[in-house]
Amino acid sequence: MSNLEIGPILRALMRNKVGAILIAIQIAFTMTIVVNAISIIQERERLVARESGLDDANTFFIDSSGFTEDFNEKVTVEEDLANIRNLPGVVSAVQINAIPVSGSGWSMNLQTTPNAEGDGTAVAVYMTDENGLKTMDLELIAGENFSPADVRWRARAQSDWPDKTIITKTMADDLYPEENWQYALGKTVFIQDDEPMLIIGIVDKLQAPWVGWGSVERSMLSPEYQLFGSARYLIRAEHGFRDELMPQVEELLAQSNSGRIIRNLTSIEDARKRSYQAHTAMVKMLSLIMVVLILITALGIVGLASFNVNRRKQQIGVRRALGATQGAIVRYFMVENFLISSSGVLLGAGLSVGLNVILVDEFSLTPVDWYLIPTSMIALWVVGQIAVFGPAQRAASIPPASATRTV
Amino acid sequence: MLGYYLKLASVSIRRNPVLTGLMILAIALGIGACMTTITVNYVMSSDPIPQKSDQLHYVQIDSWDPNSPFSDDGDPPDQLTWTDATNLMRDKKAFRQSAIASSNGVVIPPGDDSKPFMATMRITYADFFPMFELPFQFGSGWPSSTDENRDYVVVLSRKTNDEVFGGEDSVGRTLNIVGKEFRVIGVLDEYFPVPRFYDLTTGPFNTPEDIYLPFVLKEELELNNNGNTNCWKAPEGEGFLGFLQSECVNYQMWVELPTDADKQDYEDYLYNYVTEQKNLGRLERPMNNRLPNVMEWLDDQEVVQDDAQILLWLSFMFLGVCLLNTIGLLLAKFVSRSAEIGLRRAVGASRSDLFIQHTVETGLIGVIGGILGLGFALLGLEGIKMLYTDVPEQIVQLDITMVIVALVLALTASIAAGLYPTWKACNIAPASQLKSQ
Repeated sequence: MSNLEIGPILRALMRNKVGAILIAIQIAFTMTIVVNAISIIQERERLVARESGLDDANTFFIDSSGFTEDFNEKVTVEEDLANIRNLPGVVSAVQINAIPVSGSGWSMNLQTTPNAEGDGTAVAVYMTDENGLKTMDLELIAGENFSPADVRWRARAQSDWPDKTIITKTMADDLYPEENWQYALGKTVFIQDDEPMLIIGIVDKLQAPWVGWGSVERSMLSPEYQLFGSARYLIRAEHGFRDELMPQVEELLAQSNSGRIIRNLTSIEDARKRSYQAHTAMVKMLSLIMVVLILITALGIVGLASFNVNRRKQQIGVRRALGATQGAIVRYFMVENFLISSSGVLLGAGLSVGLNVILVDEFSLTPVDWYLIPTSMIALWVVGQIAVFGPAQRAASIPPASATRTV
Repeated sequence: MLGYYLKLASVSIRRNPVLTGLMILAIALGIGACMTTITVNYVMSSDPIPQKSDQLHYVQIDSWDPNSPFSDDGDPPDQLTWTDATNLMRDKKAFRQSAIASSNGVVIPPGDDSKPFMATMRITYADFFPMFELPFQFGSGWPSSTDENRDYVVVLSRKTNDEVFGGEDSVGRTLNIVGKEFRVIGVLDEYFPVPRFYDLTTGPFNTPEDIYLPFVLKEELELNNNGNTNCWKAPEGEGFLGFLQSECVNYQMWVELPTDADKQDYEDYLYNYVTEQKNLGRLERPMNNRLPNVMEWLDDQEVVQDDAQILLWLSFMFLGVCLLNTIGLLLAKFVSRSAEIGLRRAVGASRSDLFIQHTVETGLIGVIGGILGLGFALLGLEGIKMLYTDVPEQIVQLDITMVIVALVLALTASIAAGLYPTWKACNIAPASQLKSQ
């Protein structure tokens, strides 16, 4: 330890503390921002990485709205589905009322006993036929799929419900929190207070349309075609066929019936990008802020160290003349920086936690993972050492003879 | 004298170009980051109708489930039921009032080879247009007799008129909307309030609708619900009418109450209305009427997004770091100039002369940093435009106020950063430095 010369360095620092304190505070603030920014970035990336349950890369959707007086919705839906399913490259296609992760959809409450007081368990509703599982790439982990006979037609203002449903595993867990998920199979749940629906199947994973919803994994399937004026089709293509199929399907629908408007042709990937846009934007902005901030701090360290080197030219010369090696001079500046950085990151650790507490409180973010604090401390130490290395090298190259010259 | 100091400052800046450049860059980046986030927050929290935002009130009535509140913090639903909206409109107790809702429908432009399109639609009452002072390019809103007679009239947005009628004065022409012939009664000029305060349920920064139809037509044309429809119980009646008359909320309502007395009267009226409905067996929850004005409503609905606020705070800390950087560098710079300062003191410069001289120098650094910072802010706003493809243009524009704020912020920040170094520099005793010369 003795050859690190901590004593003399500290005493020298004390004589000129303002500069050192400024750097230390700067490091502390930088660390505070970096730690919290990384924490937010991690949280957002976790959200963005969640799976929708669909075969995202190969699935797309399109809307068709009939507007002529004689437009026969039912016939059109049947023909459209038959035509789309016949296209080469189509794995499966369904009519559906809402698209997962797209931002808009339909929710209902399910209760385990009829007319129970309170809210029940909110769930996203997907109305689709027996091909829904295949189109949405859902794995049936218990029970059975709808049969074609289960699927009915739902009129626009119709308010009753079919008597069967398939739910996600998370919905099963949330309906019966006391039991394991298999328990839900074969149970009757109640929609709209007292309408019974039998749970005939449970699927592994299907997200609701709203990515910001805390219970985004709760979904249910209801076996229905819809006569809502506008029909929406979800189409799953064979791997690599999506981009080719999208214009084909649009063309096919537009050609087969001119009394309608075809719109919103969108891939699930694009819908997803849109839904998560705010999160990805936040990740990019925070990353930029972090990089620039670390750069500014590093440049600040370089600037101040350079000044100190210039100011101490004569002393350095004297030390060199008295026998200090170049290594000793470099070490002096490195140790000095290490001491300053240390106080900075220690203060920074405290401030990071403080800011995080405020952010968690005000904006309900998730608390910082503990390991970010030591990692950021080490990272800033390293940044400091790298920044000071250049000026330290220059200091070491001051010739001993400069001791004899005046400034 | 100022000229001389400016000259001294520029000499000093040129003597240490790298160091000064670093200071300017630090200030510029800090200002750039702050101005970007301040602009976004400023626009998000701006008053969309400043001339009368305190006279416009959003109407809330608690029509929710007697057994569980609409929201955990006790707020009534953010929208009204059809029943309440049409009842309040029939009574017309405010100076102006309009229930509104969003919908959509197919528009078939005139001409045989026209391309039908799906238009977003706002259904309103006559008062909507004068109440929110919508600008008209041609014609006007409809008279209140239209609401009573259920006339098929339509107001077009400027964009729709440009697309359908090539921007001509289309007042009096007819347009096929949801299968019916509508007469154009007015064409709006550019209208895009930010936030789009009149309906926050579909996103506060959405584009206003393509066409405006009388609210009352919803029933006979069976116009669909857009936006959010929330129900706490299933409709009791059958069909579209049953759905309309259900306890589902999908309608917003605004009233214009010019004076406090008017507001008091309307509150009393609402109280009586709710009591009356309670007697009829509806509205079983405790009395919980609200009449927030525009800014209160925007605040209540948390229009300024959390992310924008987080970035605002982080960017201020960022500016803080940049300023600390600048203080350190200025200190080093001024202290290294001790000899020169000592000399100036010795030949007669007073402390205040030196103070002014150094403040001019830091101020100059600040102004240059501020101008550069404005450039960074413009870049930052461009970046935000690229990252968020659906934000309205207004959110990412620097206006003159923001430019002034940026320059003042940069100037004060840099002068504040220079205070301590300047003070140190002024306190250098003349003799001490002369000795070593």
